[in-house]
Amino acid sequence: MTNGFLAIGRRAINFITRLGSTFMLLLKAIYYFKDIPRSLGQIFEQCFFIGNKSLSLIIITSIFIGAVSAWQAAYQFKFIGAPLRYLGAAVGKAIVIELSPVLSALVIAGRVGAGIAAEIGAMKVTEQVDALESMAISPIRYLIMPRLFASALMIPLLTVFSAFVAIGGALLVSVLFVDISHETFLLGVKNSFKIFDLVSGLIKSTVFGLIIGVVGCHEGYHAEGGARGVGRATTEAVVISAVMIFIADYIIATILFKV
Amino acid sequence: MMDVSIKIENISKSFGKKKVLNGVTLNVNRGESVVIIGQSGCGKSVLLKHLNRLIRPDSGHIYINDQDIAKMQTEELFAIRRKIGMLFQSAALLDSLTVAQNVGLGLKEGWKYSEKEISEIVGDKLEMVGLSGAENMYPSDLSGGMRKRVGLARSISTNPEILLYDEPTTGLDPITSDLINDLMINLREKLNVTSVAVTHDMTSAYKIAGRIVMLYNGKIEYDGTPGQIKNSGNSIVDQFINGRASGPIQVQ
Repeated sequence: MTNGFLAIGRRAINFITRLGSTFMLLLKAIYYFKDIPRSLGQIFEQCFFIGNKSLSLIIITSIFIGAVSAWQAAYQFKFIGAPLRYLGAAVGKAIVIELSPVLSALVIAGRVGAGIAAEIGAMKVTEQVDALESMAISPIRYLIMPRLFASALMIPLLTVFSAFVAIGGALLVSVLFVDISHETFLLGVKNSFKIFDLVSGLIKSTVFGLIIGVVGCHEGYHAEGGARGVGRATTEAVVISAVMIFIADYIIATILFKV
Repeated sequence: MMDVSIKIENISKSFGKKKVLNGVTLNVNRGESVVIIGQSGCGKSVLLKHLNRLIRPDSGHIYINDQDIAKMQTEELFAIRRKIGMLFQSAALLDSLTVAQNVGLGLKEGWKYSEKEISEIVGDKLEMVGLSGAENMYPSDLSGGMRKRVGLARSISTNPEILLYDEPTTGLDPITSDLINDLMINLREKLNVTSVAVTHDMTSAYKIAGRIVMLYNGKIEYDGTPGQIKNSGNSIVDQFINGRASGPIQVQ
């Protein structure tokens, strides 16, 4: 029994320590934002890496996110007898403020977060990070800052793109299977759209971008024990990012949207 | 009095419950070549990595040119690290960069050199290690020996005062090993650097060392010239340098 409590306590302490050290890494990396001008090359490379790795995945997932949202909304509308001309409004709003930011972030966490953790982890276990240190190059400036900055920059862009594609997917389902004209659907989307929705989606996705970047970097940076350690870091990066994205999503929602 | 370049004062380091270094004290004079020998896992590399603070000691001090690096702030530490080159066991070349970019990395990031100057220095250093023309190759295209030589070129790119070698010849064939040994001797003679190497390759140790230090059970067991160590009369040292499985050292 006591052992059980001890184990739980130890895990809790580990988790909090890890969270603290991730947050410290975030602050250190933000400090190095002052060196952005001299790191433009690496930042551009990372932006390309993130965009290139995610674009096709975002297109496919977003089409289906939009399509299933429209389908489910239409089903619910019919069930409660709501007029279908509001379908575009409901689906558009849900996509912009919630579905696109969260689901794109999750998809990107799986792809980019894992990629960052694996790359930095492999560099760590093969002493490449030590080599940078030995040459008086801060790994936080050279490796982590560009990845974090690129991820905070690219993920909002990908989210906006995802919202467009998802609305396209919803439109397709609405026109083809729900029997609403595209004018009605788009008018609904347009009338319900507020600039604040887009801003809130962008705030969220920037925070998600920072989470994916810093968690991936942190897990990779602390990888040890060869290939197995790198594998573990990669998995942890995805799991921790996903959990943090949901928690951050709730916190941001309660701050931005007063009920 | 000899001019001391590196002064290690009573350092200890544990990882979890395992005490790896237990009160190590050692001085290295300017221009001297010290080789640290000892069994695998005895803490040689850990000791070496204390010298540019890739690892921090739990207690004790490390002075480089009379400055204690153990408690230094980042900026000061970076200034010291620019004076120290390090060759890693696996060479630790950055996979994503070419040979030339690897060798020029320290110059590009920390020093105020133009691209042209960097490429000239890179060319010179690659020539010193006999790898002219390999500038545009990637680390994955190179053999183990070539990687070590690129690592060596990288570690000397900033003309350091001190060079640290972590197992410079491990995993190389005898001929390539000897080539690396010659390069190390050549560098010391040409650049008058202070060097500390960690190895368990005795052929290499005898060839490059001015002084050999044996690390055992987290402490310095013996400290002497290659000539002295061969006739030390110390059974632990004898067992190690003659490579015998039985003796006072228990193989873990």
